This record gives sequence, C-alpha cells and structure tokens, in this order.
Amino acid sequence: MANLHTNFAGIPSPNPFWLASAPPTDKAYNVNRAFEAGWGGVVWKTLGEAGPPVVNVNGPRYGALLTPDRRLLGFNNIELITDRDLELNLREITEVKRNWPDRAMVVSLMVPCEEASWKAILPRVADTGADGIELNFGCPHGMSERGMGAAVGQVPEYIEMVTAWCKQYSKLPVIVKLTPNITDVRLPARAAKKGGADAVSLINTLNSIMGVDPYTLTMSPATAGRGSHGGYCGPAVKPIALNMVAEIARDPLTAGLPISGIGGVGNWRDALDFIALGAGNVQVCTAAMVYGFKIVQEMSDGLSNYMDEMGFRSLDAIRGQALPSVTDWRYLNLNHVSKAVIDQDSCIQCGRCHIACEDTSHQAITASKDGKRHFEVKEDECVGCNLCVLVCPVPECISLRDLKPGEKDLRTNRVVSDQQVDWTTHPNNPLRIAQTL
Amino acid sequence: MSSPVSPPPSPDVRPGRLPALAYAQHFADASPRLTPAQAVLEAERCLYCFDAPCATACPTHIEVPSFIKRIADGNLRGAARAILEANPLGGMCARVCPTENLCEAVCVRHTQEGTPVAIGRLQRHAVDALLESARPQLFTRATTTGKKVAVLGAGPAGLACAHTLARLGHDVVLFDAHAKAGGLNEYGLASYKTPDNFAQREVLWLLDIGGIEIRTGWTLESVAQLDALRQGYDALFLGMGLRSTHQLGVPGEQLDGVMDAIAFIATLRQTKDLATLPVGRRVVVIGGGMTAVDAAVQAKLLGAESVQLVYRRGPAAMSASVAEQEWAQTHGVTIHHWLAPVDILAHQDRSGHASAVRFARQSLVAGKLTATGEIEVMPADMVLKAIGQQLGNPVLVQAGLALDGGRLATDAAGATNLSGVWAGGDCRAGGLDLTVEAVEHGKQSALAIHAQLTGA
Repeated sequence: MANLHTNFAGIPSPNPFWLASAPPTDKAYNVNRAFEAGWGGVVWKTLGEAGPPVVNVNGPRYGALLTPDRRLLGFNNIELITDRDLELNLREITEVKRNWPDRAMVVSLMVPCEEASWKAILPRVADTGADGIELNFGCPHGMSERGMGAAVGQVPEYIEMVTAWCKQYSKLPVIVKLTPNITDVRLPARAAKKGGADAVSLINTLNSIMGVDPYTLTMSPATAGRGSHGGYCGPAVKPIALNMVAEIARDPLTAGLPISGIGGVGNWRDALDFIALGAGNVQVCTAAMVYGFKIVQEMSDGLSNYMDEMGFRSLDAIRGQALPSVTDWRYLNLNHVSKAVIDQDSCIQCGRCHIACEDTSHQAITASKDGKRHFEVKEDECVGCNLCVLVCPVPECISLRDLKPGEKDLRTNRVVSDQQVDWTTHPNNPLRIAQTL
Repeated sequence: MSSPVSPPPSPDVRPGRLPALAYAQHFADASPRLTPAQAVLEAERCLYCFDAPCATACPTHIEVPSFIKRIADGNLRGAARAILEANPLGGMCARVCPTENLCEAVCVRHTQEGTPVAIGRLQRHAVDALLESARPQLFTRATTTGKKVAVLGAGPAGLACAHTLARLGHDVVLFDAHAKAGGLNEYGLASYKTPDNFAQREVLWLLDIGGIEIRTGWTLESVAQLDALRQGYDALFLGMGLRSTHQLGVPGEQLDGVMDAIAFIATLRQTKDLATLPVGRRVVVIGGGMTAVDAAVQAKLLGAESVQLVYRRGPAAMSASVAEQEWAQTHGVTIHHWLAPVDILAHQDRSGHASAVRFARQSLVAGKLTATGEIEVMPADMVLKAIGQQLGNPVLVQAGLALDGGRLATDAAGATNLSGVWAGGDCRAGGLDLTVEAVEHGKQSALAIHAQLTGA
C-alpha cells in the first residue's frame, strides 16, 4: 500500500479522503460509522450560534438528475446548517475526537457576520480538541437570506474580515470554504489569504433547479406545491470545481495556499484529478450519500494501487503536477493539428459521428462509400474538434491523430510546423504582441 | 438399385470422429472473456448493495460489491485482491462455480429485471487481468513460524489450506496421489471450463507465496503413514476428496465400454490431441449431477452421434442445475428421466463388450421410487457411470476417524475427532461438493490450525 497520509494545513490525516460538512457528518452516530469505515477525516456539519437551532422543511430536501437506469449524475439539496443544539454538538465532537485521535476533525461554522459572534464561538470549538475550523461562506439558500453563507462568500471584503477574526481569536487552522456562485473565484480566494486563511476549500454547491413536473407544472423538488432553488453537487459539478481549484492554484497571489477539493468525488480517479490540479486533499458528500461510507475503501485502494503502479511514494509526488499544463487559451499552440481517425474494425456503423459532424460541425465524416453505409473522416474538412470521439458509443473506435511536423494538413494545404505559435502573436489578432526577430 | 448401407461395425468406439480442426473449436472456452468495455458496462449494473446478498451467498464470502466497484473504477488489481483475499482460487471458481445457484441467484438485479449482474464473468475478468499483469503476486508471507503442516490432497481444499497457512508464515508439505497438483481442477472439471491449462497456472500462482512444497505420486495406504504424519508435523489437513465411485450393482457392469465418468473425464483432460481419444458412437451416461453433464457434453463434443443422459428421478431432483441441464440439451444431449438401470447387455458378436443398457421406468408411489413395469432398452457403444462417489479409502476409518453419512465427520472449522487432524472438501461430511466450498473449508481449517499452533 502506498503512503496515503496527508498533512493538510497542519492537520494530519491517514488518507486524503474527508467527508464534507453535510448530513453525513451531522452527529456522533454518523461520524463514528464514517471513521469505522476508514474515512481520514470529517468536517462536522456546520454549527450555528447558541440559541434556538434552525428548522427545515420536512421533505423533500433533495432532488437529483438521474439517468434512465437511475444512475445519479447530479444532486440538489436544500439542507441547512445543523438543526441540533450547539452544546450537544460540542459534546459529541469532543467525544468523537477523543475516540479517534488519528483522524482529522474539522468543525464547520456559520455565525452572523459580527465580530462578537465569532469571538464567542471560537473558544467553544477549540475546547473540543478539534483540529481545525472551516468557515462556511457558501450556503446558497436558507442562510444567505439572513446575511450569512453565500451572502458572505460573494463579498471578498467580508471574507477577509471574518477570516481575520478567526485567526485573531483562535489558534486553530482556518479553512475558508468558497462558493462557486461567483464570477471570479480568485477574488474570494485572495481575500481569504489576505485575511490569514491557512487553506481554502471549494466548491460549495451551485444554485440550481432540477426540473418541472409535467403534469402539475410545478418546479421539482417541491414542498407542498412550491420549491426553492437548491445547491447542486455530485458528479456533474466536478469539472466546475476542478477549474476553480486550478485557477486558485495557479494564481500567483494564491499559489501555494492549501486547497481542499470538493465536488463530485466518487472514486479514486476523481480524487486524482483534484490532487493533480493542486488540491491537498478531497472532501466527499454525494458519493457517500449514494453508496454508504464503505465507498472510501474502494477510493483508498484504487488510489494506492495507482500510486504503486506509477511509483509515487506519497501524495506530495502528485499534488499540483498537472498545473503546469493549465494555461490560458491564448497561449495554446495554433500550429498543432489533429485529425479524427475511425477504426473500421470496431465501428458498429451507428452513424452518430456523421450526423453530429454534418449537422453541427464541419461536415468532415462520410455516410457512405461505394453505395454502402460507411463512416470515414475526410481530413480536408476535419478540424480535430473531437466531437465525433465523444459521441461515438464504442470506446477507442474514434481517436484523434496528431499530425507530425512535415505532414501536410489537407484542410489548409499547409505543412505542419514544429514551431509553437499562439494567438498572442497571430497576424489575425489586432492586439498581437510584435514578435522579436 | 442401391445396395443397403451396412451398419458400421459395432460396438463402435473409436477416436477421430471429427475433422482435425473441429476439436479446438468444440473444446474452446465455454464462456468467452469479457472485453474491458463490456466489463465496465456490466460492473456499472452493480448497485453496491448494503450487506450484499451475493456476498452472503458466496461460500467464501467474497466482498462482491467491492470487487465489482473496483472494476468499474479501473482498479483491476484491487478487484483481484478483494476476490483472492477471500478465495485464493477465485480464478478457477470464476470459471466453474454454479453462480446461477449462488451469488447470481440472489442478485437484486435478478429480482428487479430478471438478469443478475454477471458476477462470475466479472470475477474472471479481474483475476485473469492480475495473472496476466507484470506483478501477479499480491500477498506477502508473514515471518516464518517454524511450524510445519502436512496437507493431503492438492485439490481446491488442500491448495486453499496450504496457501492460507503459508501466508500466515507456516511451512506446508502438500501430498497428492496424482502426477500433477490441482485435484479435480486438473483432472475432473470439464475441459471447456478450464482451457489454456488454467488449473496449473493457478497452482503456480498459489505456490508463489512461498513455503509450500508439493510431493506428487504419494498415496495414503496405511494407518502407519497417517501416524507418521501426525508425529512428524504440527498439524494435518485431509483434503483427498472421494476416491471411489458408486457402482450400479447391475449385471454387465464389468463389460468393456462401461466406465466411470470420472475416469473418462480425467483421461480427456490429460489428452493433448483429442482426435486420439476414443468415444462411442452411441453413448449412454447414467446419473444426474454435474459430472454426468460434463461427461455427456464432452462425449458429444468429441463427435459421438448420440448421447443419452439418463436419470432415475425427475428434472427437479437432478443435482445438476437448470443451467447445466440446458447446457447439456443445447449441446445435443438428450436427457431422460424416471429410468433406472436394470442390466447392461453384451454384444451378440463381441460378448465381452456392452451393446445396450436396459432400464426400468420409475414413478413415485406414495413418495417412494417404484418400478412401473415398463422396460426401455437403449443401444450403447459406451456407458459412463456418474452416480456419485464415496470416500473409498479404508485407511481413514482404520485410523479412527469418525464418519458421518460415509464422509469424515468434523466441526464447523473442519476439526475431526482425531486431535491435530482437520478435513475439508468433498471428503468432509455435510457439504455441497462444490469447488468454492472446498476452498472455504481449506481456508477455515487453516485459520483454526493457525490459532491452535500460535496459541491464539
């Protein structure tokens, strides 16, 4: 077994798989079961101030995007912060941490945006023996209407301010959880760092509505005939999260800031995506809610076998390794030429590639040859967009072939160059940089 | 005017009934391997059930949802580990286990849509991928304990016991009567279930853990031998299987052309060029279990013109599963029920050779199998007997081992009434006579032996 141990923002954990702040981390019963199953750490479901807890609707609280065979692509929730008494939570956190000393225990917090509120709750959390706190600036519903959650997460100045309070009034590592319902996530990330954050975690959930019931013409999900937007998560959001993680990781102002990756992690491959793009660990929720806590064993095993196969002794060897490959569009090599190639031996002749290309792209795939059904790429039209590869139902039947320098591109009749040229120096670009000779 | 075609000389038992190329085709893998794409699609059908019924139904309690999820995750090595951790002979079991009666029978997809997840095929996909990988060895041996265990019988029970013990650090000597290890895996299971010499490849993988020595050509012939083993080793595991077959007990049983199905299959398994193996033109197989089916199907695949599988009770009473019966029928074997053999008739010209089997029709009268008075005669050039096996080695009882229903009596972990002696597999009482169960017996006994040897 490879070494899966992590030390995230100063918090040791036997593996990079944490449970995110949500119903699975609501109380001792759940968290004990999670640790028994092998999770490296949890972020306890968000605590609010002392006083009467929030109340939520008694169903439904969730909706989902399901495939016809009921595979979950996306998940939507209107869960709120904890609806349990603060004192009960603090007692349980203390006890669980004491019973599981080697696992990471982080407590998520959301209290009003006032210094006194934060000053009051921080020592209570520190007394539990928890390893760190996560500031919930992301809840897109329920709390944002009260000036908390996303209402803070969308205002960089508030993020910096509250983070600074937490650093001032507590010695615990501070993880700032960011909302994706924002134009440029780098601004909140920079603000968190300026406030002294030890790490950021992202993404929280995305504003969403799942659909409409065709017979009642009400939105779904709905409570007594009406519904609210919810927070979207699960496999569908992973690409959004990956982009935001990469943006923060490669922004010079936040590079090096530890990142906890959240959003659709369901297996070791997903975790690898996040880690390679700069995350120090991952947090999981939806997959645990679909499969149960045991799923962490498959994640750990898969990641460990991958690391053994690749010769990676620890996650340090993987973290951020894909970042150098992330750049801005304007720096991509315009001299690179790919063409699609269809393997006639594995082609099942469905014709999807043809119609996708013919209707919506470059009309670069035949439908027939010598009067017979036949699907072949016409290199003089193909721009290598990859659409056919993606719509083909047979894995590896269609692939993109990279043309070598010296080969002729039949579409432009130009020979492929080995020189890298991008938009910044392209003659068609009115804002091009003059090339030095 | 054409002259009548003279009947072929009978009794007609000869090799080479088929064109040369047909043998490879007929005896090719009965269950073609899944492609990687097919495996992932099939794996995605698994729901990762809580307290999965399939894992409970598996006699070795393989963590089925875990291994299937790992296949879906692209973690084939991890999938193989999950399988082999619970069942070190997961490769052979994937090929021969009657999954339609075990895990796949209780798969919730079966309940939901009538088609279970193809658990057996997925298991094979994962184990085969491991064996073909650059690093097929998964397990490391614990520090040697200095204890030595003797295992009699290198079939699935003995192999599983030996591997489990060796992993725990004990030294094992594995004794077997045959020239090769593997037991029924090598000598008994149908050829089309175990192509490409898989039984031996699996044995090599099992031995690779280290600490296991195999001594072939060794038979248990005296109580003194057994005593010497009990003296010379720290524990003893008996996994010899069943040595003798039940006889029909009818006149004509000694005629040429009449043989045990087990012997027929064993010869077939060890025959490199199947075109040289004689088979009757008309073959009658007597029995109703998997051995009967395997013998019947393989006789047909060798080119027998007609193969009758005859059982004395009805289809529901046959121990061969419905899937096995259908397998036989789609391979051209005709199954007859409610016929019990009365005698085997000798050939009129070659009186030392069988020519037909006479059966008495049976029915149930007040729950008892009773002859109706009707007689049926089936011509036969070859008669294969597959009506069950028995322990067959008198040394066992002579040594003081207690029996139960003709097999060795043991507790749940396989401990016999003799101290330091455990037993598992077909030779042990109360089992299902399945390869997978033999593996579980071997494993459980190994753990019990380990506990006793280490004082745990």
